[in-house]
Amino acid sequence: MLEKAIILGCSAIGAGLAMIAGIGPGIGEGYAVGKACEAIGRQPESKGDVTSTMLLGCAVAETTGIYGFIVALLLLFVTPGMFIGRLG
Amino acid sequence: MELDVSGAKIFYEIPILGGIPITETLVNTWLVMAVIVGLCIFLTRGMAVRPTGKRQIVAEYLVKTATNFVEGNMGKQFSGYVPFISAIFVLSALCSLSSLLGLYAPTSDLSTLLGWALLVFVLITYTKVKTNGVGGYFVGYTKPIAVLTPFNIISEIATPVSMAFRHFGNIASGSVITALVYAALTLANHALFGLLPGVLGEVLGTIPFLAVGLPAVLSVYFDLFSSCLQAFIFCMLTMMYIASAASED
Repeated sequence: MLEKAIILGCSAIGAGLAMIAGIGPGIGEGYAVGKACEAIGRQPESKGDVTSTMLLGCAVAETTGIYGFIVALLLLFVTPGMFIGRLG
Repeated sequence: MELDVSGAKIFYEIPILGGIPITETLVNTWLVMAVIVGLCIFLTRGMAVRPTGKRQIVAEYLVKTATNFVEGNMGKQFSGYVPFISAIFVLSALCSLSSLLGLYAPTSDLSTLLGWALLVFVLITYTKVKTNGVGGYFVGYTKPIAVLTPFNIISEIATPVSMAFRHFGNIASGSVITALVYAALTLANHALFGLLPGVLGEVLGTIPFLAVGLPAVLSVYFDLFSSCLQAFIFCMLTMMYIASAASED
């Protein structure tokens, strides 16, 4: 019982820690969007191009955050079952 | 409190080659493909040189938009990729949007996205080999200097993996967050109305009043906006990778 509790608790803590990865993309995307707003403010006629480029850049910048999220998902839903199964 | 975040259910297993599972993903993808084929047949029926109905105008508009989109991003010489890119776009968008109907979105299963990303990877490699020749393709790994070869190989493999994970992560995170919000709101509702005395509190506590409204806002973002955006980004990246593979020398 105690082993199970430790595994579940540590998995939850690990998942929470993995989501710290969300900070990076947040800052990066915010910066990119801010710059895009500046660009649109300077040249409103290029709004379409700037927006699509920005969305693409945001998607690429998001990747590391998504990796963190996948690690968190694995920790929440896959690892506990794996280790608890091994306890027997 | 039950929180159910699960993968695709397995409906049936074909008893050959050690069992091929027919999952919810597979069934829903076939449903979406049937819808797309039906839509194509509906839109292109009774075509004429001078369009008479609205149907043909819509079909022509869609084809023209797709062609302009691909040629604008990749250049005129890549117009052969228009059907592939539009097919991936429509399939991805409709697969993600199918979660609006309460279906299990095929794009929240990593297998679907890995399949598409592998397809794109094959296309990228094919384009590179076609542009530089087989020898040039392998020599390309040792550029700019030979020491970087392992890193070039890693970045080559990372391309399809990151494409698949990006799309999967966005759609799956949407469904996970929606499930979490539903669970949290139901729990908060139970705690709030449970404060009422007697039977009234018990009855009102079981009806999730608070779960009305907020999930709809989330659904607009995750289901509508994110689905279309991810489809757009997947196509955009496909086009960019293929175009840059062809320009290398």
